[in-house]
Amino acid sequence: MAEQLPEHPEFLWENSEPKSSYDVVIVGGGGHGLATAYYLAAHHGITNVAVLERGWLAGGNMARNTAIIRSNYLWDESAHLYERSLSMWEQLPEELDYDFLFSQRGVLNLAHTLGDVRESVRRVEANRLNGVDAEWLTPEEVKEVCPILNIGEDIRYPVMGATYQPRAGIAKHDHVAWALARRAAELGVDLIQNCEVTGFLKDGERVVGVETSRGRIHAGKVGLCAAGHSSMVAELAGLPLPIQSHPLQALVSELFEPVHPTVVMSNHVHVYVSQAHKGELVMGAGIDQYVGYGQRGAFHIIEEQMAAAVELFPIFARAHVLRTWGGVVDTTFDASPIISKTPIDQLYVNCGWGTGGFKGTPAAGYTFAHTIAHDEPHPLNAPFSLERFETGFLIDEHGAAAVAH
Amino acid sequence: MMLIPCPHCGPRNENEFTYGGQAQVAYPDDPHALDDAAWARYLFYRDNTKGLFAERWMHATGCGKWFDAVRHTTTYEFHEVRRVGRMLETESTPGKGPHT
Repeated sequence: MAEQLPEHPEFLWENSEPKSSYDVVIVGGGGHGLATAYYLAAHHGITNVAVLERGWLAGGNMARNTAIIRSNYLWDESAHLYERSLSMWEQLPEELDYDFLFSQRGVLNLAHTLGDVRESVRRVEANRLNGVDAEWLTPEEVKEVCPILNIGEDIRYPVMGATYQPRAGIAKHDHVAWALARRAAELGVDLIQNCEVTGFLKDGERVVGVETSRGRIHAGKVGLCAAGHSSMVAELAGLPLPIQSHPLQALVSELFEPVHPTVVMSNHVHVYVSQAHKGELVMGAGIDQYVGYGQRGAFHIIEEQMAAAVELFPIFARAHVLRTWGGVVDTTFDASPIISKTPIDQLYVNCGWGTGGFKGTPAAGYTFAHTIAHDEPHPLNAPFSLERFETGFLIDEHGAAAVAH
Repeated sequence: MMLIPCPHCGPRNENEFTYGGQAQVAYPDDPHALDDAAWARYLFYRDNTKGLFAERWMHATGCGKWFDAVRHTTTYEFHEVRRVGRMLETESTPGKGPHT
């Protein structure tokens, strides 16, 4: 009988056994950890690298996000970082030789109040100065881009216009992870799953390795990419982080014919919607307000999100929710990430991406790999240091980006 | 939705409450004595506990009062709630209570 079974599919990477020592150990095998390993190997020639993942590769927020990619951030530092990320997304399918369905279908960020309108127009102008494609659309122009949107004036939060970034879009997040994992593995990176970091080996104020559930691993350098669990991992090394972890929820409907041609986000009513390639309507909500690691949130958050979605898109009223889920997001107090050296030598941290880490995957990997390889930040991530919380040079994206990514 | 045991009103739905983060973070006695690192620690660094976590809640659409709770951040179970300033209520002099 056995010979009648189909061949196993070709595996994209080897499941490595941990070696006793590596030049660089990356803690966390999500999108950012895999991207960091890929860029270390591809751009810096550092291939003696292990990615340690407590669970399975890309099983955390990389599998739970709403896959939105955009770069229309207000402040210069953010615009530069996310715009680099977007331009890298444009190259990556070819670079990784993997079609992960990157679809530049544009993003609309709706304005529902006069305050929204002013903030949006300001952001459009700021984006243009930073070379980010951005337009301000009237309600009628919004309707042309997304015909199913209700632009009537008789709804609770009428659409008063929107910013539009045509180059924004979505990608298939699991394929992105597989693409990065495959290429990183080809370049010699060890991808080690079911391997939880339980402690750090230190020589004075220097990290020299990690204790794991699969034994001791020595490391020249250690980079943390643990997202919602960054605080827990960093604490093992004696490093406090200005992070609060919250549940963030999303949901999908059953499959539909293509009805939704773009990505629509509304910070004001806390919903963002796109339609996946397969046909599900994909919606994200805001974070639950409390600290939480349960990978689940409260139903009233979903309820509010659906109410907002149905008002904006009346045709969604008959759609059914197929499933909902939650992730654990690492938020900072200025809603910007930390990609930084730390007070502990040879220990580096990439965290605080909060609700918007997926779009930043290439730039996070690129700049974090640079920071680790050179022991100093790339100009793109220099402002995103841990020290900014002491110097006061915060990158306050709360108004422009915090609610919805 | 969590059922939160307000120490004044009894169990109420979570969406009646506002969250206040970590409990018992004292304002520095002498802020001017702190260096930048210590001030940053006060402003931006909070415990981010996975497990039992002491935190503040405010019953916004009920009594409007802040209280402290001990909640498990993975199971979301409330283990304990206590009124803010209960000691002060018995020991304070008139006009110097916790809410003045």
